[in-house]
Amino acid sequence: MPRPRQATPGGGPVDASAAVGTPGRIAVRKTYKLYIGGAFPRSESGRSYVVKGADGSPLANAVRGSRKDVRDAVRAARAAFAGWEARTAVNRGQILYRVAELLEGRREQFEAEVGAAEGLAPAEARAQVDRAVDRWVWYAGWADKISQVLGTVNPVAGSYFDFTIPEATGVVGVVAPETSSLLGLVSRLAPVLVGGNVAVVLASEGRPLPAVTLSEVLATSDVPGGVVNIITGLRRELVPHLAAHMDVNAIDAWGVPPDLIVSVEEAAMDNVKRVARPPRGAAERFDWLDDRAAQRPEWIAAFLEMKTVWHPIGV
Amino acid sequence: MTSKRDQMVTQRPRSESVGRGTASPSSWGFGDGQAVPWEYAPAPESRDVVKLQARYGLFVGGKEVAPRSGQWFTTIDPATEEPLAEVAKAGLADVEDAVAVARRAFRRSWGGMPGRERAKYLFRIARILQERSREFAVLETLDTGKPIKESRDVDIPLVAAHFWYYAGWADKLDYAFPGRTAQPLGVAAQIIPWNFPLLMLAWKIAPALAAGNTVVLKPASPTPLSALLFADVCRQADLPPGVVNIITGPGEIGLALVKHPDVDKVAFTGSTAVGKEIGRAIAGQGKALTLELGGKAANIVFDDAPLDQAIEGIVNGIFFNQGEVCCAGSRLLVQESIAEPLIEKLKDRLATLRVGDPLDKNTDVGAINNAAQLAKIEALIEAGVAEGAELYQPACELPARGYFVRPTLFTNVAQSHRIAQEEIFGPVLAVLTFRTPDEAVEKANNTPYGLSAGIWTEKGSRILKMAKELRAGVVWGNTFNRFDPTSPFGGYKESGFGREGGLHGLLAYVRLEDR
Repeated sequence: MPRPRQATPGGGPVDASAAVGTPGRIAVRKTYKLYIGGAFPRSESGRSYVVKGADGSPLANAVRGSRKDVRDAVRAARAAFAGWEARTAVNRGQILYRVAELLEGRREQFEAEVGAAEGLAPAEARAQVDRAVDRWVWYAGWADKISQVLGTVNPVAGSYFDFTIPEATGVVGVVAPETSSLLGLVSRLAPVLVGGNVAVVLASEGRPLPAVTLSEVLATSDVPGGVVNIITGLRRELVPHLAAHMDVNAIDAWGVPPDLIVSVEEAAMDNVKRVARPPRGAAERFDWLDDRAAQRPEWIAAFLEMKTVWHPIGV
Repeated sequence: MTSKRDQMVTQRPRSESVGRGTASPSSWGFGDGQAVPWEYAPAPESRDVVKLQARYGLFVGGKEVAPRSGQWFTTIDPATEEPLAEVAKAGLADVEDAVAVARRAFRRSWGGMPGRERAKYLFRIARILQERSREFAVLETLDTGKPIKESRDVDIPLVAAHFWYYAGWADKLDYAFPGRTAQPLGVAAQIIPWNFPLLMLAWKIAPALAAGNTVVLKPASPTPLSALLFADVCRQADLPPGVVNIITGPGEIGLALVKHPDVDKVAFTGSTAVGKEIGRAIAGQGKALTLELGGKAANIVFDDAPLDQAIEGIVNGIFFNQGEVCCAGSRLLVQESIAEPLIEKLKDRLATLRVGDPLDKNTDVGAINNAAQLAKIEALIEAGVAEGAELYQPACELPARGYFVRPTLFTNVAQSHRIAQEEIFGPVLAVLTFRTPDEAVEKANNTPYGLSAGIWTEKGSRILKMAKELRAGVVWGNTFNRFDPTSPFGGYKESGFGREGGLHGLLAYVRLEDR
């Protein structure tokens, strides 16, 4: 099969190198790979699928991840959990802010990829990247504040000091929104990370390339390897494995196709996973550009456990 | 880091009554299997305060109604195996009725009522529960088999306190969640277990009503009576009809209730297996769900722990309510260097526990709630012996009738043993040892559950580090099995999700709207 042409809606090449290259020079194209445990492997399955732009033209081959890739990603995530959760809140916040910094620095590449994937005019694509960068900043700032908003000291009827604090739930499977390839993903991923969770992300099936490029930003932003793992592939093949995995603590189901939600919630009960799901019908018409709707402390809280600690007061 | 209050828990003046002097600080020598050399006179609580009906119908729409199924079942006293009363066995038509009535009450009266008025109803309920506390305590003990001193001093006071706490939230919802308006969800379907029937009712109904929801509650089949007496409290409080509905019947009825399309919220407390079944049954329905499920708590004792207080905490942790407690400290993790003296003391203490008539005011360990549970406990005790753990039971006499089991201690337990892995839900303690704090954390967390944990040490920084690393929703430092309406309770992992109690318990019954 011939290598597909990479294209933007205007017909120009996606490759940043080619965009500024000398006429007549052959551009070096990027191989889009998975992101697992801080490395960029191909699928152990050796499979790929063709990603097409909004105009129907082929953009690239993406890795068609497998069940084994999901398992590898969960293992990498679990291994990274203790270290990520143990970081101080301000440190996690600074790392997520660093993601915003590097995303900003590569914004032209994201604008081109998001534009090609979603069929957006340049100004529209720019707005998507603007909001994606700002959303990292917004969530980064929550790292050292969320426990002050969600935590309580409880006035129990007795001589005890009793307090409740939020803690990360663990490994979260993020089924990223299908249509909003970058902003939707960032809006769902950042709240998972800021609370100290680690993530296994299933990228948008039809529009996976911005997610893969985001993994390159994460890899260079001091986000420890394994904290975020990104799998590309077919939803119907991968979602059931993620939902049923016994070492996944929670599922973000915003990107789960509506006809799969029953089976996902059933499988989630195998180990009592927490399931974050949009109000019925909300995911399809959600406005990710709307800050009031799309950045919420509740979305952080959805992946937190409340721990209550008691101790007697006495001498 | 320990309080006088903890030291005082169930201490008995042993030296006086034994007449052995005080020469034996480490062991009284009762732990070698002999009975304590003294007797207690019976101190029975009077049953007169409870007037049992021969039959209890369903409580639907503010009235006691006969089940449309036309069927009834019998609830028994587990301490005597004598029948207490007949109770309606609801059918599917009864579920339909109850949900319809709850929906109507939500639309017409309760959902739109100002919070300050809802609050006053809840305060009324709290007050009536206080006024009728002894009646409820005796009835709860009759139907569950739990010691009267526990139903009287723990269950019922906490029930009243729970209504009192949430009453005050009803007109303050605007201040509960920053930037959000809290709206009721609608009709809540609530299913509760048999270990703390009235307390679990309070944990479910109080926050639901405070937030403006109406409820259909199904008590556990072995223990329906206190919920049906609570129906009378609702009547006395003039609670609008249909706000609280109580239907009794088997598990299938509970399943039909949670699956009902007009139910907005499901809350369940019970076993992890049933919780999963409920979660699957309502998959994809978009209902709000909270689950409070099983546990296998580690109670961790370090070598610097105040030993006598730790012993009382261990005993309270596993023998409170016959160990039929989801957060029971059923795995004792002892630092190796103190394992021997601690186990010695523990055996001693077990020998002084009084097992028997739950209505006797001196009873420490009452009856197991039902025959099936007794069989399960006995099977797991047998499994413990078969797998090679060392069994210790004090030489106490058990009543000839009723569902009783001796307080049981297993030493030489391996992590792989069933008694260290499975929730027994009975007075059976598995003792394991550890050397380092890291090993204690690893062993404590080595379970699919994550409900509660205990830590005993005099070192404050160690308590805080352990509290952080234990994957459990409630961590007790130098105490155990403490509950309070202001204090959120609930699990990590397969112990469920959502919290009951406190502000977090309120969150489970509201929908947050942007302001």
